[in-house]
Amino acid sequence: MHRFANPARFLRLASVIQPWTAAVTLLLIGAGLYFGLLVSPADYQQGETVRIMYVHVPAAWVAMAAYSCMAGASAVGLIWKHPLADLIAKSASPIGASFTFLCLVTGSLWGKPMWGTWWAWDARLTSMLILFFLYLGHMALLNAFDDPGRGMKAAAILALAGFVNVPVIKFSVDWWNTLHQPASVTRLGMPKIDPSMLLPLLLMGVGFTMFFVTVLLLRVRLEVLAAKIRAIRLTQIHGMPGADPSGEALG
Amino acid sequence: MSRLSEIIRRDLRLALRQGSDSVMVVTFFVLTVVLFPFGLGPETNLLERTSAGVLWVTALLASMLSLDRLFLADYEDGSLELLALTPTALELLVIGKVVAHWLTTGLPLMVAAPVLAVLLHMHADGFGTLLLTMLLGTPTLSLIGAMGAALVLGARRGGVLLSLLVLPLYVPVLILGVGAIDAAVQGLPADGLLLMLGGFLLGALPLAPWAAAAALRQALE
Repeated sequence: MHRFANPARFLRLASVIQPWTAAVTLLLIGAGLYFGLLVSPADYQQGETVRIMYVHVPAAWVAMAAYSCMAGASAVGLIWKHPLADLIAKSASPIGASFTFLCLVTGSLWGKPMWGTWWAWDARLTSMLILFFLYLGHMALLNAFDDPGRGMKAAAILALAGFVNVPVIKFSVDWWNTLHQPASVTRLGMPKIDPSMLLPLLLMGVGFTMFFVTVLLLRVRLEVLAAKIRAIRLTQIHGMPGADPSGEALG
Repeated sequence: MSRLSEIIRRDLRLALRQGSDSVMVVTFFVLTVVLFPFGLGPETNLLERTSAGVLWVTALLASMLSLDRLFLADYEDGSLELLALTPTALELLVIGKVVAHWLTTGLPLMVAAPVLAVLLHMHADGFGTLLLTMLLGTPTLSLIGAMGAALVLGARRGGVLLSLLVLPLYVPVLILGVGAIDAAVQGLPADGLLLMLGGFLLGALPLAPWAAAAALRQALE
């Protein structure tokens, strides 16, 4: 793992990997959309709206996986002071927040024809909403400090605290939902899903994950490059003859 | 142990001499709860049904109100750095601060809650459970809040940011607290929920000071 702590080595590796992950993303999502929209049958109860599932469910998977990725990177960054791990945690949270938002929006669009309402206080929707707020808090804390390093460390502690708390929140929301809302919401039983629907779902799931990896690599590369530019500017300013040593030019 | 009580006594003395926050916190609690009948209408049934939720949501906000000053005053005048230099572990310092915070906000809220419950026509069966949930829940709020307060030290717009960080983490306390009161009012056993609330407190007791101390160390670097 420490082999890849070197940003230059990471940049070289990422520029090799990234075109491949991008190609696999396109291939998988393309195939998933083809099987999901054209080949797979409409549901006998839900009709064509069942196809929202091929975006909604993978988005939920990636939204949760992104939080685990963020928490894992935060732990690595805090424990080993791994510079890239901090950048990975920083880059993962906006992507995770976007997937959470996508999941909420598609859930709402799916809810309108199915349950007759844009929003139901369904346990899963509610937990996703809280996950969205956790992401927002993480991003806000990251950018709240003048010193970016301090922001990353504070956000790493928050990400870990959130990670410990997420199962408790999930459990309490599930419990709250069963108390307040009788089981009026029927859901597609996952194990009973037909293979013709399972195939596009899995294709989209892996495709979304590869998309996450591609964008994550891109964002981390940009962060490394931005840090490089900052360092170059600083040395230019300090290295210039007659430069203001008080550092006013930095402002 | 004597160090812990020293920290608690110091914070309490400061709170008492500087005109304590607790009066403001309780005033906020009472005022906000009193606003609800104006918003919802004075029907007894409606108020009775919503009383547990109104009391808990308002208590949550009230206990958050004084959080941003938990470490900020000490951070700004430099005494936090001196406290960190003493042989006392930072975790212990956080626990001391949390106890003082709970004594100045959580405890007054607990005292005020039954009076407000009367105003909201809460069913008599709910009163004991209300006090128990407050007793088990408000320390958890202070513990999680201390972590948030330590994280936003030195941040821009720390106070507003704090609510964004802390409120999502408060959700389980709110759900369990209101659920236990509702169960008691309906004549169902509330023990299980109270135990879970206590379990949450026992989980937060070691973990939150640990995280808060780590955050303080980052802030003091």
